Amino acid sequence: MTRAELLADDPIWLILIKAVVLLLLGALSTMAMIVLERKIVARMQHRPGPNRVGPGGWFQSIADAIKLPFKEQIIPDTADRKVYFLAPIMSTIPAFVAFSVIPFGPEVSIFGERTVLQLVDLPVGVLVVLACSSMGVYGIVLAGWASGSPYPLLGGLRSAAQVISYEIAMGLSIVAVILFSGSLSTGDIVDAQHGGWYFYLLIPSFVIYFISMVGETNRAPFDLPEAESELVGGFHTEYSSMKFALFFLAEYVNMVIVSAFCTTLFFGGYMAPWPISLIDHNYFNTGWWPLLWFFGKTAVFLFVFIWLRGTLPRMRYDQFMKLGWKVLVPANLVWILLVVAQRAIRNEAEISTNTILVTGGIVLLVLIGLAFLLPERTAPGSDGPVVPVTGGGYPVPPLDLQVPTKADLKPRTRRRREKAAVGAGADKEAQQ
Amino acid sequence: MSATMLLAQEAANHVSTGEAVSFWVLGPLALAGALGMIFAKNAVHSALFLVLTMLSLGVIYLVQQAPFLGFVQIIVYTGAIMMLFLFVLMLVGRDSSDSVVEVLRGQRLWATVLGVGLAVLVVAAVARALNDVRPVGLAGETANGGKGNVANIGRALFSDYVFPFELTSALLITAAVGAMVLGYVERHLRGRKTQKELVEARFRGEHDRPSPLPGPGVFATSNSVATPALLPDGSVAEESLSRLIDATASAKLDEERKAVAGTLPGPDARALVPGKEES
Repeated sequence: MTRAELLADDPIWLILIKAVVLLLLGALSTMAMIVLERKIVARMQHRPGPNRVGPGGWFQSIADAIKLPFKEQIIPDTADRKVYFLAPIMSTIPAFVAFSVIPFGPEVSIFGERTVLQLVDLPVGVLVVLACSSMGVYGIVLAGWASGSPYPLLGGLRSAAQVISYEIAMGLSIVAVILFSGSLSTGDIVDAQHGGWYFYLLIPSFVIYFISMVGETNRAPFDLPEAESELVGGFHTEYSSMKFALFFLAEYVNMVIVSAFCTTLFFGGYMAPWPISLIDHNYFNTGWWPLLWFFGKTAVFLFVFIWLRGTLPRMRYDQFMKLGWKVLVPANLVWILLVVAQRAIRNEAEISTNTILVTGGIVLLVLIGLAFLLPERTAPGSDGPVVPVTGGGYPVPPLDLQVPTKADLKPRTRRRREKAAVGAGADKEAQQ
Repeated sequence: MSATMLLAQEAANHVSTGEAVSFWVLGPLALAGALGMIFAKNAVHSALFLVLTMLSLGVIYLVQQAPFLGFVQIIVYTGAIMMLFLFVLMLVGRDSSDSVVEVLRGQRLWATVLGVGLAVLVVAAVARALNDVRPVGLAGETANGGKGNVANIGRALFSDYVFPFELTSALLITAAVGAMVLGYVERHLRGRKTQKELVEARFRGEHDRPSPLPGPGVFATSNSVATPALLPDGSVAEESLSRLIDATASAKLDEERKAVAGTLPGPDARALVPGKEES
């Protein structure tokens, strides 16, 4: 039976169990991520991080999760109350929905029922994740607007522009994967990676997806919608209590989703990594073992998210947009063209791989040669007078500086004064 | 052959319970969204109602076994196009309302005529779809004679319909480039000055004052930006009050400012109630 048939065969109780597990997975991974993030960033910055609640401070998230809903909630006077209520819900629900198409594992048996570790396998599974992320932005944008204050509005607008532009880059980077696997279903994409994971077969796609997934989730260094130094808290400045907690939840669940999606698309999903996959005819790729590999790979990406936040400074907004539209999207289009051309040549003509490689090498050499022929761009202001800089790095007067003497200066000032006097005299004469 | 076709038709005509339930939930929702979009006073609420309609339509497509269409509807219309609408509405601002002056002459008449025409077309199309067209299920691998819904759409789009598809994309690109050409005005044409020119203009006296406006009195008595700065005589520096940040503060301090400046009318000698300064 295929994946879809197995899943369609699921009884109601099994579907319910899966849905509840996915819901819990989102909430639990958020709590784990928050405390891990605080701990890891603290370690990167040589400080202890949270160390009060529980052993080593590891229960901090539980304390926070209990505290946040019971805080007083403050709704600004100028807020549009209905939309203000709706916004956190709209940002949280799509994040959880996206979990449903992620394949966590192959065929297993739950209470004697054969099934696949996935809630639903749609023929357009990849699009579900994209649709969910595009719906999730509504929450952020509406939160910014409904708060009725300038900083959240700016945060909301930034986020709308940011997510729309990076979604294009993200969607395009998935195109190459779809071309290679020949399917939009997440389960089929994982199965298609038996021959090799796509992160090395399609390096440009992977790099672009990775950059755009950080941009898409509003995380550092692309966390411009909530830039503390510019916008106080960004779109959630005016939110408190449970609604703020929902935004927090949505952000972290989204992080888990894009990481899991990246694992599915480029890192072979639940398949065992290379040396382990050789053991006993890929024994560790059956049963419940693949869950371990899947969450391990996802955890690596989540760690990279935290690592980036602890390392990189925030980008400037215009540079960020320039990166998205002028670098990632065109590069992606060229790459897709190459992939399509390569596949078309392989499908249509009887050309060996060697010929393709040799031709590609020659084309590459010619391109590099042409690149050398391009005239070099001169740095602006290099043709003007240059102030020599000494070892200290401070601009100092040149050594051969000619200090003008007073005698040299006098004629000019005298002339100007004379002119002024003449002008004044002329005015007087006119008045008389 | 005809028997199997009839069977298929029977299956396609039959509406399952789940489908009926989802239709009777989503249909009214879509209709309510459409009505709400027309009758909502606030432009953003209007846009949100339209989002509701589009989402419901997308889910109806999903239920009708057109998953690709459904999700593309959600991604493209709900995710991208409505988001741009919202973007513009938010930039315009929540307080701005439509102007009641009709710019286009006779637009009500034309709107009615064209609206009725469109309604006739839509009704005719739906009637034809209900009567003449034989429904073919979209489910399964063998749906419309191929490898399933998604693969078939891709094949049709890039083989039979590649020319219309390219034409549409060319039209869209033309529209986008046209919007950019019309919308982009160069800086000097728009009359905006560079920073250097502005500074020179300020010192030539073409502006009210050479320096920027005084900052708020943040560190004088409180840490709020809404606190006004004080002049040497203790009066409030009017220019330090921002109407943008907090409109109420400047209104509240209006009286005080007048009192210090001496423009407030003094106690009325002929007033019956003594000591009432505010009138």
